[in-house]
Amino acid sequence: MLTNDFIKNKLVEKFGENVSDFSEPYGMLTFSSPKELNLKVLQFLYDNEELKFRFLTDMCAVHYPDNKGKELAVVYHLHNLIDNIRIRYKIFTDISKPDIFSATALYSTANWQERETFDFFGVNFVGHPNLKRIMNADEMDYFPMRKEYPLEDPKRIDKDDEMFGRG
Amino acid sequence: MSEHITLPEDSLEKVTNTINLGPTHPATHGVFQNIIELDGEIVKSAEQTVGYIHRAFEKIAEHRNLYQITPLTDRMNYCSAPLNNIGWHLACEKLLGIRTPKRVDYLRVIIMELSRISDHLICNSIVGVDSGAFSGFLYVMQYRELIYEIYEEVCGSRLTTNMGRIGGFERNFSETAWQKIEKFIKEWPVVLKEFEDLFTRNRIFMDRTMGVGPISASRALNYGFTGPNLRAAGVDYDVRIHTPYSSYPDFEFTIPVGSTGDCYDRFLVRNQEMWQSHSIVKQAFEKIQQFKGAENEVYHADAPEYYLPPKQDVYTKMEALIYHFKIIMGEIKMPEGEIYSSIEGANGELGFYFISDGGRTPYRLHFRRPSFIYYQAFSELIKGGMLSDAIITMSSLNLIAGELDA
Repeated sequence: MLTNDFIKNKLVEKFGENVSDFSEPYGMLTFSSPKELNLKVLQFLYDNEELKFRFLTDMCAVHYPDNKGKELAVVYHLHNLIDNIRIRYKIFTDISKPDIFSATALYSTANWQERETFDFFGVNFVGHPNLKRIMNADEMDYFPMRKEYPLEDPKRIDKDDEMFGRG
Repeated sequence: MSEHITLPEDSLEKVTNTINLGPTHPATHGVFQNIIELDGEIVKSAEQTVGYIHRAFEKIAEHRNLYQITPLTDRMNYCSAPLNNIGWHLACEKLLGIRTPKRVDYLRVIIMELSRISDHLICNSIVGVDSGAFSGFLYVMQYRELIYEIYEEVCGSRLTTNMGRIGGFERNFSETAWQKIEKFIKEWPVVLKEFEDLFTRNRIFMDRTMGVGPISASRALNYGFTGPNLRAAGVDYDVRIHTPYSSYPDFEFTIPVGSTGDCYDRFLVRNQEMWQSHSIVKQAFEKIQQFKGAENEVYHADAPEYYLPPKQDVYTKMEALIYHFKIIMGEIKMPEGEIYSSIEGANGELGFYFISDGGRTPYRLHFRRPSFIYYQAFSELIKGGMLSDAIITMSSLNLIAGELDA
């Protein structure tokens, strides 16, 4: 039976200090690595006969504006369907140079999910076959899910979100 | 066309037509646009355009309290809105550490399985409509109506239900609701049998769906398929078994799987799942009958900080008034943490990736929408087939535009 500790040891054995920030929020093993290694780590998790993380459940990005030099996080949720265990893998990137290798060659499902991540956060997936906006209009010139863009027109003064606990 | 005949470049046989299927074409049952390149009637390539009803739910959710996000989830898969509501509440409960009583779990199971039936029913009858058999769609719809009446009895609305609260339901199921559920349990097998009789061994229906839009198990996994679409390809992955929630291990049911992953297998898997869901509803109904006295009045968890108190208490009790005010005004802080919680939605794994920074609203909320993930395989599924097969493939995937675009 696969355990979080076993997965962690396997990863450390293979990548040494390049995999870090291990934690287990609500029982799910979470770790990160430098962004250049994302394909190597995903490929290792896919190919390794004991780990077999071959199902990409979900991927998305998160914006942390205060995290200087690591403003954008791309989060992969991987699932080993045979041993039924999930892990979360994060990579961080500088928002001024948000280039990340695309996982489309490994997972067909990454295609649209990467397009969505690009559309909303501006993560540039290098090697993606068709990286263009998916939900928003093509002529849009900003990435709306980034934290600096407010939900509503910032010039409005009749609605004060702070008063409604939405700060 | 034979291989050895070389046709000139501009000959009529080599010309392909490009057509726009959608976004408002009646055969697509939703706002889907496909730019399809046709060679006669054969699909050469297809490119999907999505986002016509994108409503920025993830952005809105970053500025709303937990209870205000429930109505957003309704509008994703609106054919089985209670599943989304309960999935979202389960995600919140996981983050907040709320444990629900058994009776609440069983009540939820009843509602979730009824939603699954209504969702599969509409999907399968639409597959029938698209292959020219309208009767299924007509004959069984009154039982979807009955399911909607049950929703109405439980929460007051029918389509976008906004059902339940964090911790349980807003009120106990009424006597009428139980009568309707009982009626459904009693009458549904006859109806479903009739529905199956109309389709399953119908020669025309079989010819129209067998071998149409197939996908292999490995391609389906690579595309991130989940739910009935994956099971039709032969992989027995079901969140209810793999990551149990809401006391599903208390029930006996099987996971039907197909083998070829074509439209016919998807149809059969959904039909079989309706039988299983019926059996689960029945088991849950029987289990709930065993609760007696005060136990039979339990319909929510004891979590006063997050569960909205009953209105009569708000008028008469100080504590209830305070909690009511704090919850409605969104002054409840959440614990810090990040979770991924998923349920078996009607068309696949519906996941919620929820990051809380300890504030009043989610820091980031991402919905794993099964429709969005498997729609990208559509062009691969229909390539080389007929245009009319593409229509059936689309409806048998159970695409819901609201969920696709979120």
